Amino acid sequence: MIRLIQLELQKLWLNRTSKILIFVSFILPFTVLVLSSIKINFFGFFTLELGELGIFNFPIIWHITTFCASYFKFFFAIVVVSMIGNEYSSKTLKQNLIDGLSKEEFILSKFYTIVFFSLAATVLMGVATFCIGMYYSSYTEASIVFREVEFLLAYFVKLVGFFSLCLFFGMLLKRSAFALAFLFILYIVEWLVFWGAYEIFDSVDKAFQIKNFMPLESMYKLIDQPFQRVVMTKFPDKAELGYDYAVHFSEIAIVLGWIALFIFLSYRLLKKRDL
Amino acid sequence: MENILTINNLTKKFGYLTAVKDLSFTIQKGNVYGILGPNGSGKSTTLGIVLNVVNKTNGDFYWFDGNTNTHDALKKVGAIIERPNFYPYMTAEQNLKLVCKIKGVDTNKIKEKLEVVGLLDRKGSKFRTYSLGMKQRLAIASALLNDPEILILDEPTNGLDPQGIHQIRKIIKDIAANGTTILLASHLLDEVEKVCSHVVVLRKGEKLYSGRVDEMISSHGFFELKTEKHDELKTILEEDPKFGKIKVEDHLITAFLNEPMSSSDFNKLMFEKGIILSHLVKRKESLEEQFLQLTDNLN
Repeated sequence: MIRLIQLELQKLWLNRTSKILIFVSFILPFTVLVLSSIKINFFGFFTLELGELGIFNFPIIWHITTFCASYFKFFFAIVVVSMIGNEYSSKTLKQNLIDGLSKEEFILSKFYTIVFFSLAATVLMGVATFCIGMYYSSYTEASIVFREVEFLLAYFVKLVGFFSLCLFFGMLLKRSAFALAFLFILYIVEWLVFWGAYEIFDSVDKAFQIKNFMPLESMYKLIDQPFQRVVMTKFPDKAELGYDYAVHFSEIAIVLGWIALFIFLSYRLLKKRDL
Repeated sequence: MENILTINNLTKKFGYLTAVKDLSFTIQKGNVYGILGPNGSGKSTTLGIVLNVVNKTNGDFYWFDGNTNTHDALKKVGAIIERPNFYPYMTAEQNLKLVCKIKGVDTNKIKEKLEVVGLLDRKGSKFRTYSLGMKQRLAIASALLNDPEILILDEPTNGLDPQGIHQIRKIIKDIAANGTTILLASHLLDEVEKVCSHVVVLRKGEKLYSGRVDEMISSHGFFELKTEKHDELKTILEEDPKFGKIKVEDHLITAFLNEPMSSSDFNKLMFEKGIILSHLVKRKESLEEQFLQLTDNLN
C-alpha cells in the first residue's frame, strides 16, 4: 500500500501543475478562515467582526468550517481527473502495466492517494478549526468543544466520495476536460431526476428524498448548509426556521456505497478495455 | 530447454476483425526470436495480449512455468512497445526510478543501464526534451533495469534516422551476446535477419512459420554465374535435373539448386564441359526472399 501511494505521489509531486493545485487546495480554505476572522473596518463607520456573530463558537464552528472548506475540493478534483487523463494521453498507463503493475494496483494507487489527501485535508481542517475555535469561542469545555466533531468525518467522506466520482469519470472519458464537464452534466441530470420524481409523486419532499440518493446530492447532504442554523441561534423563538442539519449515518452509508461502486466500476472499465 | 513464454491457440477479435487467429508458439530461453509480418498482421496485438494490456478473446498463454500470474511475471520481463512512453515532465532518472518502484527492484542499476544506452550525461534532462532516438534508448534502458529474463521489443527502430537505427541495433546485439532472450517484432526483414536465430512469421493474424531462420524454407541455395559462353551455359543448366529455375538478367545467370552441391564441384563440372566461368557465387535466399516466397505460396 505504501509502495502504491509512493508511486502516485512521485507522479503528482514532480508535475508542476498538480503541485500548485495541491498547494492551492490545501491553503486556500485556510486563508478564507483567517480572512473571515479578522475585523473589517468600513472606513470608521462601523466594524464588521465575523467573530462576534458567534460563528466561531463551538460546536457550530465545526459545521461552518467543514461546509465552507468543502467548496475548495474542486481544485483537488482537477488534480484527480488530470492524473487519470495524463496517464492516458502520454500512454504511461500502458507502460505501467507492461512494467508489471496490475490493473487492480493501478486503480488502488489512485484511490489510496485520494484517501491520503482527503485524510490530510481533514486533519489539517480539524487542527485549524480547533485552534480558531479555542481562540474565539465563548465555550471551551471539552464536552462542548468536541460535540459535533462528526462533521469532520462527514467532511472526510464527502471528499473521498467526490474524488472517487472524479476518478471514475476520468477513467470513463480518458480526458480531464470531458470528465469535469461530465460533473456538470451529472449535476443537471440530478435536477432532472428531481423534476421527474416531483412529476410522479407530486411532492417536493418525496422528490428530495429521491434526489438524496443521487451521487452529488448525497455528498452535499452530508453537511447541510449552516447559515439557516446561524440565523436560528439569533432567533431561537422562530420555530419555522428549524431544520435537520445533523450528520446521519444513513447519509454516510449512501456515500460509502457510491464510493465502492465508483472504484469497482473504474476497475471493471480498466479490466475490460484494450489499451 | 526452459520455456519462457507459451502461447496456445490464442485468438483476438476486434468486433468483426480477427487480429490474431488461433496462434500457438513457445519462446525458449537463450534464443533471439523475431516476429515477422506485414503491418496489421497481429504482431503488436499478440505482444499486447501477453503483456497484459490487450484482453484475449480465446485461448491462453503463460509465462515461465505457468505458476506466476501475468503481472508478477512481467516484473521479470523488459518490454517496449510501439513508441517510448514516459512522463514528459520527469527527468530520465526520475522516470527510471518510478519504473524501479513498479518492478520492485533497487535503484542502483539506473546509472549502469543509462551507461549501456549512452544517456548518462543527459540523465538530468526532462524526458520531453529528448529526441526520438534518445527516447527509444531510454526505453531500452528502462526495459533492462530488472536484468530481464526476456527483452521484448516492438519495432524498436521505427521512425529513427540511420545513426539511430545503427545505435539501437548495436545495443540489441550486445544484449543478445550476453545471453538474454530477445523477442523482436518487426516488419524490417534485414533487421530480423541480422539479429535473430528463430522467427515466427505472421500474416493476417495467422502463423505461417515458426522455427529457425535458416530452416524457413527447404532450399539448397542458388548460383550466380557469368561466362563468355552465355547461351551454352544456359542450355547445359536447363538440361541438368540438379537445377530447377533458371533466371537470366543481362549477363548474369541465376540457377536454383534442386539438391545440395558445393561451388567447387560445380566449377569442376563446368570446366569438364568446357565452360570457363568468370563469375561464380553461391548464395542462400535472403530472409526477404524467403519471406516473400512463403507469403506468396499462400496467395
